[in-house]
Amino acid sequence: MPEIKITPLGAGQDVGRSCILLSMGGKNIMLDCGMHMGYNDERRFPDFSYIVPEGPITSQIDCVIISHFHLDHCGALPYMSEMVGYTGPIYMTHPTKAIAPILLEDMRKVAVERKGESNFFTSQMIKDCIKKVTAVTLHQSVMVDNELEIKAYYAGHVLGAAMFWIRVGSQSVVYTGDYNMTPDRHLGAAWIDKCRPDLLISESTYATTIRDSKRCRERDFLKKVHECVEKGGKVLIPVFALGRAQELCILLETYWERMNLKYPVYFALGLTEKANNYYKMFITWTNQKIRKTFVQRNMFDFKHIKPFDKSYIDNPGAMVVFATPGMLHAGLSLNIFKKWAPYEQNMLIMPGFCVQGTVGHKILNGAKKVEFENRQVVDVKMAVEYMSFSAHADAKGIMQLIQYCEPKNVLLVHGEAQKMEFLKDKIEKEFSISCYMPANGETAIINTPTKIPIDVSLRLLKAEAVRYNAQPPDPKRRRVVHGILCVKDNRLSFLDIDEVCEEIGINRHVIRFTSTVRFDDPGPAVKTAEKLKGLLTEKLQGWSITISDGNISVESVLIKVEGEDESTKNIYVSWTNQDEDLGSYILGLLQSMVQ
Amino acid sequence: MKLYCLSSDAAKPCFVLSFKELLIMLDCGLSAHSVLNFLPLPPVPSTRLTSLPTYTPPHINDPLLEGELKECCGRVFVDSVPEFCPPLDKVVDFSQLDVILISNYTCMMALPFITEDTGFKGQVYATEPTLQIGRFYLEELSEWVCAVGEGAGEARRWKELVHLLPPPLSQAVRPRAWRRLFSAAALARSLARVRVVGYDERVDLYGALDATPVSSGFCLGSANWVLRSAHEKVAYVSGSSTLTTHPRPINQSALRGADLLILAALTQTPAHNPDHMLGDLCVHATLTLRAGGCVLCPVYPSGVLYDLLECLSAHLEGAGLAQVPLYVVSPVADSSLAYSNILAEWVSAGKQARVLLPEEPFPHAALGRAGRLRQARALHELPTSAPAEFRQPCVVFCGHPSLRFGAAVHLLDLWASNPAHAVIFTEPDFPYMEALAPFQPLSMKAFHCPIDTSLNYSQANKLVRELRPRELALPDQYALPAGTGAGAGVASRPHISVDVPTVIVKRGAARAAGVRRRAARGTLCGALAASALPREVAGAAGGLRAAPLAAELRIRDARLELLPPPAPARAARLHWSALDVEALVRALAREGVGSARVEASEASGSDSSGAGGCIVHLPRHDTLVHVERNATHVFCEGRAEVRQALRRALAACLPHI
Ligand SMILES: [Zn+2]
Repeated sequence: MPEIKITPLGAGQDVGRSCILLSMGGKNIMLDCGMHMGYNDERRFPDFSYIVPEGPITSQIDCVIISHFHLDHCGALPYMSEMVGYTGPIYMTHPTKAIAPILLEDMRKVAVERKGESNFFTSQMIKDCIKKVTAVTLHQSVMVDNELEIKAYYAGHVLGAAMFWIRVGSQSVVYTGDYNMTPDRHLGAAWIDKCRPDLLISESTYATTIRDSKRCRERDFLKKVHECVEKGGKVLIPVFALGRAQELCILLETYWERMNLKYPVYFALGLTEKANNYYKMFITWTNQKIRKTFVQRNMFDFKHIKPFDKSYIDNPGAMVVFATPGMLHAGLSLNIFKKWAPYEQNMLIMPGFCVQGTVGHKILNGAKKVEFENRQVVDVKMAVEYMSFSAHADAKGIMQLIQYCEPKNVLLVHGEAQKMEFLKDKIEKEFSISCYMPANGETAIINTPTKIPIDVSLRLLKAEAVRYNAQPPDPKRRRVVHGILCVKDNRLSFLDIDEVCEEIGINRHVIRFTSTVRFDDPGPAVKTAEKLKGLLTEKLQGWSITISDGNISVESVLIKVEGEDESTKNIYVSWTNQDEDLGSYILGLLQSMVQ
Repeated sequence: MKLYCLSSDAAKPCFVLSFKELLIMLDCGLSAHSVLNFLPLPPVPSTRLTSLPTYTPPHINDPLLEGELKECCGRVFVDSVPEFCPPLDKVVDFSQLDVILISNYTCMMALPFITEDTGFKGQVYATEPTLQIGRFYLEELSEWVCAVGEGAGEARRWKELVHLLPPPLSQAVRPRAWRRLFSAAALARSLARVRVVGYDERVDLYGALDATPVSSGFCLGSANWVLRSAHEKVAYVSGSSTLTTHPRPINQSALRGADLLILAALTQTPAHNPDHMLGDLCVHATLTLRAGGCVLCPVYPSGVLYDLLECLSAHLEGAGLAQVPLYVVSPVADSSLAYSNILAEWVSAGKQARVLLPEEPFPHAALGRAGRLRQARALHELPTSAPAEFRQPCVVFCGHPSLRFGAAVHLLDLWASNPAHAVIFTEPDFPYMEALAPFQPLSMKAFHCPIDTSLNYSQANKLVRELRPRELALPDQYALPAGTGAGAGVASRPHISVDVPTVIVKRGAARAAGVRRRAARGTLCGALAASALPREVAGAAGGLRAAPLAAELRIRDARLELLPPPAPARAARLHWSALDVEALVRALAREGVGSARVEASEASGSDSSGAGGCIVHLPRHDTLVHVERNATHVFCEGRAEVRQALRRALAACLPHI
């Protein structure tokens, strides 16, 4: 049986960085090429030596697919293409291609300029890497080579986020990347058709959460922010420049407008305008409402939200600041945090998930003191709120997606082992399909049925349809066709006998057998025939038995009663060679009847 | 496979293809030539037009004709709301259509005529830009024609008397089939039916076929359609361009090797090179502006307009005329200009590179920010910096290119008598002198710079040769005119001539095309394939192997699967060739069934094949074997073992699988 092999190099029972190897039909595909934000050493990048201990990597990988621009999904791409030396094809959507290099550059600056790291990729490497990317549009069917086909579906996680359907021969896999099943203020919900893949590889960040309603979360968020600024506190919201940030900005903007609030709201300088330009230009990737109104009013031109300047950090009084990056692992958001954390009136709102090893993760786990590399210790007295605004599917959403696309197997990645275990159980119970959750470096092997393309003769199908439709409807009845399988030049066809004879130029030779049974049964022959039909119907359940002109037929077996007025009837049973089993069975049946 | 042609205008095609039991409409172009026979519909009342003299045909006194016709400089016009010429509705019942595939926004203007109030129940597919820009075109048209023409009476009588009218009105083709434009409500309903698809997206059509739009290089979102079943491929090539302009380039490889290629919507101005025309336009505009005149370009609200704005603004800047304002006047100007800049995924590689910066793919947003470009819904809504009389030199882009409705009608009325002004025609849909006829006598300059980037005849010939279809289908306008054979020597009009079997379709006619299919594509389950054990068939050409097979048939979502049968089912054994009776007797002896007696059968005389039939008697076993050339019939009254021995003996004597 052909196999599909999955080996996570990252995201196997963790949420650190996504990088999953997929092998099927002789093709090797890398799904995402992410970076772990919690590490500063070589553990940050996937272990490419797993693929090939040494030597060129390009011959081992047929293509790389990037699901979206978050660095835990694309952060290691320049490393792989420019430093490890991968030169094969790379696929991502247009918005991802536009936005990913900005985030990569941002992170590079933090890593190299602030932390002074060496052995990191350069600006030029990011540019060279992105040049090699082939951008795809939604639903476009892309032939990577003659056998490997990919297709992107809307994932609704961030602008340009996509799920990918991947096919080699008759085997297919769907990789979700990160996705979101409920539409939000600027993105639509993930969507996929009933593509029935052999395997669905789904993220499971929120495997056990059923999030409370969207409206409640929003109200909660606004209430907390409002209460804090009212008391003169400062609110820090660490975000990634693109994605959730835009949604929260829209939310705050409309609230400030409605409540007529005057407290300053800032967004970290630089990226705002650029980010909004991207949203404008890729507005076709946002939700219906924004697309419909963009000509009159651009949702991303904010009235209340102003660019932030570093000098504002020490300004007295209330303010709300959106600052990057989102997990408080470096950069401006961390700087602001260090200044504001020791004061009770301030508040930190973490709108997204934080990976292990980041400051954000520590604080969310209740750390009251945070120690930094330079022995600096910061007391955390500010209020800390976690709000799951990260647009991931929750358990309900994941189950929904499984229902939509009807996979034959599910494999969970990008989640925590315990939570995955819970969801795995639920999936296996509810859908009666196998669910896998390999750890990093572990390989899951999924067997798939072989399916060979074949041309089926229309004559054969039509004859079957006529027989099938002649019977009373029964959804449980199986449909069976008989014919000849032909193989020529490695192409298969399924033909009826006459077509085969024509095709190869032979004359069919039909062999028929006839036997006689004598039966004492006074009365008209028709009555005898009816009697026989009754017997056969009882004994041959599931077969189609017809009677016409006193002749009974079952498949090619004919039963004829002769001897109109005599009390002893001759029953002829006749069948073609291919129906020997049925014919001899019926003959035996009649013979035992007369005895 | 059958192909129907419903349009008389090859540039506004409408075909219906019957393929695999589906009726598929390819494009639904609306021919608007008919509007040229009507008097312009000014957006504001025009004293000149209302004071034109009425026309009565000589020696006719028909009170019903009263007020229907007017005369201007020797030309007769119908004074009524302009009418259009939709696709023929008698040949194909629109309620039976399964699918409409649209190639680009210039070929979908008749959509509401097809889908509304016709019982249409099918699906309509178009790319996102095609739908959006098509919507702009249609809404603009609807606003100008319906809003202004509302409540106006309908001139009908003249249609009965066409033969008595002077040309060109007398040559109007079937004016009784002309229709007024659909209502805005019908338009909205019709557009709501369109399902949006992307390039290279495979659309499943009722499980019978795949349809895929592929880039055609002509305008934003323009597509050629590839229809594919497991065994056939049909390529519909409509409105394609091999030139480099702002849209994504044409995808030729997807069109290769089709069983049938349908070619439509070639250039309407084969004698004019679009690049030269663009250059000429810039020169004429510059000269006019320098001399203090205004320039009017009657255009559609999208498409070539984007190129005009880009080229002309750059050219004017180079000529030191950067201060000359550019105006775009259209009810959909805002949307059209804004929309073009969010279609990053649909533009050429060069424009796409700008998006990554991120900058708008088209420069008109920047022109707008710099104050050089202004747009408005209507002339009177232009900013006050544009004086109502346009005394300052400026360039106005507005519709409609037919000059029968829209803001252009008003501007022409205003400027026609001033030789300093100029009107420059760029859209290829209408003969410009006919468009200008109701504005004669004209003192302003008129230039004809048609820009049609669709394939010209030599490009089309080259393309078809490269694509190597098995068969080509053409509307008759593109074929060699009848009677002008290759040897005729006279300069015939340009036409398609390639060495490919060609089917020519005329409006209203159907032609059979393409191949007949004999098989459906399915999949065979591996386990079943493994159990089949096909054997070499002696004598079959090309090493054919075969095996009898019984399979469970499962059809789900129109996908056909062959699975192992529920219970071990009989196999369709196949024996062939004639039986050697002596060999059979020997084989029977080996099986222990002896004392066979052979005699020629009575029927043998009538056997036309001449190969004698015979009867093998097995008296000890109560069995007779009738042997004929293509059949053997065993009458066996003996025990079952005898029958099995006979089967083995027969199998040994006849080749079989
Ligand atoms: Zn993500």
